[in-house]
Amino acid sequence: MNGYNFAYLDEQTKRMIRRALLKAVAIPGHQVPFGSREMPLPYGWGTGGIQVTASVLGAADTLKVIDQGADDTTNAVSIRRFFARTAGVATTTDTNEATIIQTRHRIPEKALREDQIIVYQVPQPEPLSKLEPSRAETRRMHALAEYGSMHVRLYEDITRFGHVAISYDYPVMVNHRYLMAPSPIPAFDNPKMHMMPALQLFGAGREKRIYAIPPYTDVRSLDFDDHPFRTTRAPQCCALCGADDSYLDEVVTDDQGGRMFVCSDTDHCETRQAEGHTGTGEPIAREAAE
Amino acid sequence: MTEETLLSARGLSLHFGKVPALVNVDADLWPGEVLAVVGESGSGKTTLLNVLSGRIRADSGVTWYRDPQSRLHDVHAMPAPALRALHRSDWGFVHQNPRDNLRMSVSAGGNVGERLMAAGNRHYGNIREAAIDWLAQVEIDPARVDDMPRTFSGGMLQRLQIARTLVTHPRLVFMDEPTGGLDVSVQARLLDLIRSLVARLNIAVVLVTHDLAVARLLAHRIMVMQRGEVVETGLTDQVLDDPQHAYTQLLVSSVLQA
Amino acid sequence: MAYVAVKGGERAIDNAHAWLAEDRRGDPAVPELSLAQIQEQLGRSVDRVMAEGSLYDPHLAALAVKQAQGDIIEAAFLLRAYRTTLPRFGYATPADTAAMQIRRRISAVYKDLPGGQVLGPTYDYTHRLLDFMLAAEGKPPAPAPLAEATEPTMPRVSDILRGEDLIEGDGEPNPAQEPGDLTREPLAFPASRDVRLQALARGDEGFLLAMGYSTQRGYGGNHPFVGEIRVGEVSVEIVPPELGFAIDIGDVTLTECQMVNQFKGSKTKPPQFTRGYGLVFGHAERKAMGMALVDRAMRHDEFAEEPNAPAQNVEFVLYHSDNIEGTGFVEHLKLPHYVDFQSELETIRRMRREAEANSAAMKEAAE
Repeated sequence: MNGYNFAYLDEQTKRMIRRALLKAVAIPGHQVPFGSREMPLPYGWGTGGIQVTASVLGAADTLKVIDQGADDTTNAVSIRRFFARTAGVATTTDTNEATIIQTRHRIPEKALREDQIIVYQVPQPEPLSKLEPSRAETRRMHALAEYGSMHVRLYEDITRFGHVAISYDYPVMVNHRYLMAPSPIPAFDNPKMHMMPALQLFGAGREKRIYAIPPYTDVRSLDFDDHPFRTTRAPQCCALCGADDSYLDEVVTDDQGGRMFVCSDTDHCETRQAEGHTGTGEPIAREAAE
Repeated sequence: MTEETLLSARGLSLHFGKVPALVNVDADLWPGEVLAVVGESGSGKTTLLNVLSGRIRADSGVTWYRDPQSRLHDVHAMPAPALRALHRSDWGFVHQNPRDNLRMSVSAGGNVGERLMAAGNRHYGNIREAAIDWLAQVEIDPARVDDMPRTFSGGMLQRLQIARTLVTHPRLVFMDEPTGGLDVSVQARLLDLIRSLVARLNIAVVLVTHDLAVARLLAHRIMVMQRGEVVETGLTDQVLDDPQHAYTQLLVSSVLQA
Repeated sequence: MAYVAVKGGERAIDNAHAWLAEDRRGDPAVPELSLAQIQEQLGRSVDRVMAEGSLYDPHLAALAVKQAQGDIIEAAFLLRAYRTTLPRFGYATPADTAAMQIRRRISAVYKDLPGGQVLGPTYDYTHRLLDFMLAAEGKPPAPAPLAEATEPTMPRVSDILRGEDLIEGDGEPNPAQEPGDLTREPLAFPASRDVRLQALARGDEGFLLAMGYSTQRGYGGNHPFVGEIRVGEVSVEIVPPELGFAIDIGDVTLTECQMVNQFKGSKTKPPQFTRGYGLVFGHAERKAMGMALVDRAMRHDEFAEEPNAPAQNVEFVLYHSDNIEGTGFVEHLKLPHYVDFQSELETIRRMRREAEANSAAMKEAAE
């Protein structure tokens, strides 16, 4: 695009962000403050992820952008176009082909590889924010690894509901040291972060924080020995590809309570369909869904 | 006494502007002993408590603490993480207002269990069992383990704070007017409870109080403070029955008159 | 199929943008606004966009107002996003507001003072009656009467009070420490006053108004007087390293507010009035006053005041004063969240199943 640098940000800014990224990789799960810039997209819409992607993107990269697991959601389209326009890089919807995947709210179903980077958009990087609003105080809590209050929250959930009632942005302990917000991915995706071969980068633009998980790092979801972490998904099969192990979206098909469950990861679903897997293709009635 | 002290302070001095809060104060505390620090408001007793517990720093002087492995630590030279770790394991602090310590939006069980979780306990069933056991020890109906503290009376809140503090079996507890602000009948019950728990668990206590009756009931030894100075110290009965210093005599006689 | 309908897609975005362009233009039979018209006739909007967009360029601000259909926060956002891409040539020397070319200058603490009270172009004493004459396109108004400037010097009221040592000083800048810059370094706490003032100068006018107002209603009150408000042009100077001396690179319009607040003193120090400070791009008195009130409220620790009001909470004020951050995060709720919502659905269904099973079991036990 005329008048703008490769991938929008100037090289000084990208260098500043890469320095923050290096620090973040060196201290897994630790939030590194950085001089987040105003971007032409609104705060909360992926400015952190965009700045991280812009800083690690090279001309030879192939970029995939997903939102809610899908490549064709409006915000994913908007961000993919932004980079196609400002960096002219190749884009793809194929998880296999991508070298950089920017995501909001999902981790692809397909296992990622060592030669891939996944960039998460993060609205609230501070896992303790709901327990302690002051960032000066949460910084101290991280420095001293004082995480008892987070376990108190889990204790309260189990006491009240019989199990932990956090279903997304479920806090994790990274490398046995830092409590980290995995961004609002469903808890279903948490286990994929553990010992992932790909580099995981997290950008929070509005809150001006960057953090990272290097490849093959221990990432544990918080739990109790006698109430181990477990994931939830809708207990149905995908209506399009028949998958019984992928994360599903629930699509309401009429006003009588009929719905259809389909893979949230559109690339995963399409790949399976191309391989000949099929689902019922039919909506199901209300009772069956519950 | 031949046993080694748990906590020793020498030459503590501290000024707030021109006002002397502590003047060359020495203090010793032996394991299992209850030491009362008494005096009127402004005498420096709460400041002394805060300095001994490392919450504020003195201008001069030193405070030594002996850990369970018998190693000595200069309380004010300890790194912040170590001091905070100490405060949630081997030490405890009971505030006058239990709301300063309790989490009012967390159940009684969660409040009691927090120090266990902070210490790394990750078994929900064990934590809950310990919480229920401690509620019974402080005479709160264990059926209330899931209730919110805001439904508790003032005396119950104070007992809940004590359970929350003692659950990790600290060897040293700092108490700041633990019965202040409570009705007389509630106070008596709480004092009985503190006395029996401290004796049974062999906990050393630094107790700050303006109430000589509280000191007489709980403390083995007593320190009398006036304008930042320790004017008299000795065994509780001895000091209260036969006060030597004019200020102590005044304190004792004003209690008798009241 | 319904599944496709809930996903967005490239076409949807293109079509939405086309519709927006049409909506922005409105009825093509009505003549299009020129940037000159916006700049000249909607000056206060342009000023606000420059202040909150944190970029002094009336022409670009007018373009932003036009592009945003008059949505001031959207326009400030456009200006901010443009601003990030600009190279930074250098830093100006401190603006000398004492040397301001005054258009308006009032003080509420003196009846009269050197330089006098200058009302200038103000809405203050207008009657807020809709003027239907303006609805009819008429001739330009008769020129306002002119007068010779009688007193060329307009000392700042804070300097007048300073002469008697009645008010705290400006303080000396620490030459070893560059002023902070929020646009380069993230906020850190405790935040120094230079950073706090920068955040407030970029902050949302409505937010500062509400926070300042709250201090007057008792939430962190500090009994303010308007020492002085002045509006006018100030020259901007930079010192290029090759030259070694300051050169004038142009004028900016600024509004400065000095609030005089309750006095403080101690046994050793005689009492003095304290100050709150506001400085904003353009003609923006309401914001400068709100900023000065909030600045003073946030200085509680310097005067050993108990911080228990929202305006005194530095973290709260600084993290929530920026409307570009605020609007982005509030409006991001419009983005799809169905993955998170789906996980909540599964959790709540599971909890309801368990609750129903429990109550059924209890019922059975009771029977």
